[in-house]
Amino acid sequence: MKREQLIVSALDHGTVIDHIPCERLFEVINLLHLDQMSNKVTIGFNLKSQKMGTKSIIKIADKFFTDEELNQLSVVAPNVSLSIIRDYEVVEKKQVCLPDELTSIIRCNNPKCITNNEPMHTFFHVVDKQQGIVRCHYCNHEQNIKEVKLV
Amino acid sequence: MNRSLVTIADHSREKIEYLIRMAQEFERQPNRLLLQGRVVATLFFEPSTRTRLSFETAANRLGARVIGFADPKVTSGTKGETLKDTIMMVSNYADIIVMRHYLEGAARYASEIAPVPIINAGDGANQHPSQTMLDLYTIYQTQGTLDNLNIYLVGDLKYGRTVHSLLMAMRHFNPTFHFIAPDELAMPQTYKDYCRQHQIRYVEHQEFDAEVIAGADILYMTRVQRERFTDLMEYERVKDRYLLKLDMLAKARPNMRILHPLPRVNEIEYSIDDDPHAYYFQQARNGLFSRQALICDALGITLDQVINDKTIIA
Repeated sequence: MKREQLIVSALDHGTVIDHIPCERLFEVINLLHLDQMSNKVTIGFNLKSQKMGTKSIIKIADKFFTDEELNQLSVVAPNVSLSIIRDYEVVEKKQVCLPDELTSIIRCNNPKCITNNEPMHTFFHVVDKQQGIVRCHYCNHEQNIKEVKLV
Repeated sequence: MNRSLVTIADHSREKIEYLIRMAQEFERQPNRLLLQGRVVATLFFEPSTRTRLSFETAANRLGARVIGFADPKVTSGTKGETLKDTIMMVSNYADIIVMRHYLEGAARYASEIAPVPIINAGDGANQHPSQTMLDLYTIYQTQGTLDNLNIYLVGDLKYGRTVHSLLMAMRHFNPTFHFIAPDELAMPQTYKDYCRQHQIRYVEHQEFDAEVIAGADILYMTRVQRERFTDLMEYERVKDRYLLKLDMLAKARPNMRILHPLPRVNEIEYSIDDDPHAYYFQQARNGLFSRQALICDALGITLDQVINDKTIIA
């Protein structure tokens, strides 16, 4: 237990994104543009988790995301837990949730969809938030959000 | 208001009945000058001779002039032009664009960017609303109603775009569907789920014989295509099982009509053509009246205007 605390050091101000599936960690990093950030970022990869087996965690100092940014996160990692930290205290916990619509976040899985063949935006309707089913506005193809690629 | 027609799945019961009423007017009198002075563009990014001829005839018989292309090889698409550029260019010339495209969602996208209405004449495996409209019109014409009918869908129910659209459009009318298909071409689960969500009753059969179809009001045949099978042995085994033969009509209801989106290859015996149950050629003819209604509706011409039309050519 002591060891775990050493790996993931405490944060005074900022955001903790916990319970990230390991295979999605780098997508989360890309989606939130952490690689372009000058803030102090601590990333834990392949950590033990009682809930998930292994998990990843990201701590970003002095950064508070907008709901819009967080909703994008739901596309790659719908079950992450978010903690907002101020003065070493968790002041707010948030769950990300799939928005009703996704514009230009994910790509359609259907190779014969117009969006994959024309320089244009993508647009999806979220059909089932629990199961993560989305429907392409253009070709009507229903797909699981776990199987889509990001734009 | 965007008056484009991309899919018929969103149409209400009232809208479908309204379009049927309008098509009836055109069946009564198809030759008019209602669209005199208008230009209809038919852009076929994928060849489809019968759909194109039907749309062009519909426009011509209403006095419109038609521009467009029938073969994508002659378009700038082959030079790398985007769909958007082609649509924007043609919108400068025509009052309405009828388009067929091999990519799914192409018509939806075109309808969002074009300043003129778009009619979807088929976008890949996605939608083909004018086919659905003529199917609905034909069912109404032969049965006198769309309500409470027993509709039997036979053949390729997996890839058959027409049967999927028909199923969705019929949800307003309390139908009972019967699906008759080989395992490899069975109705996909998503459409069975759709039936459950919309309280549409359905029964699945693998056998196709006189007993099974005895309860049908509409027998909708589709083509079982060889290229759909991964196992050609399986194709050889099932191909004749879904062939409609004359003796299978022995127990058919008197009001039963056989429909087929055409082209037919070998799924209906030619001897059936002269049987009173056969209706596929009349069905194709109804495509003309249905498409006249769809073009007029997209151009903002109302049923009242069609009924009170003074441009009829005797």
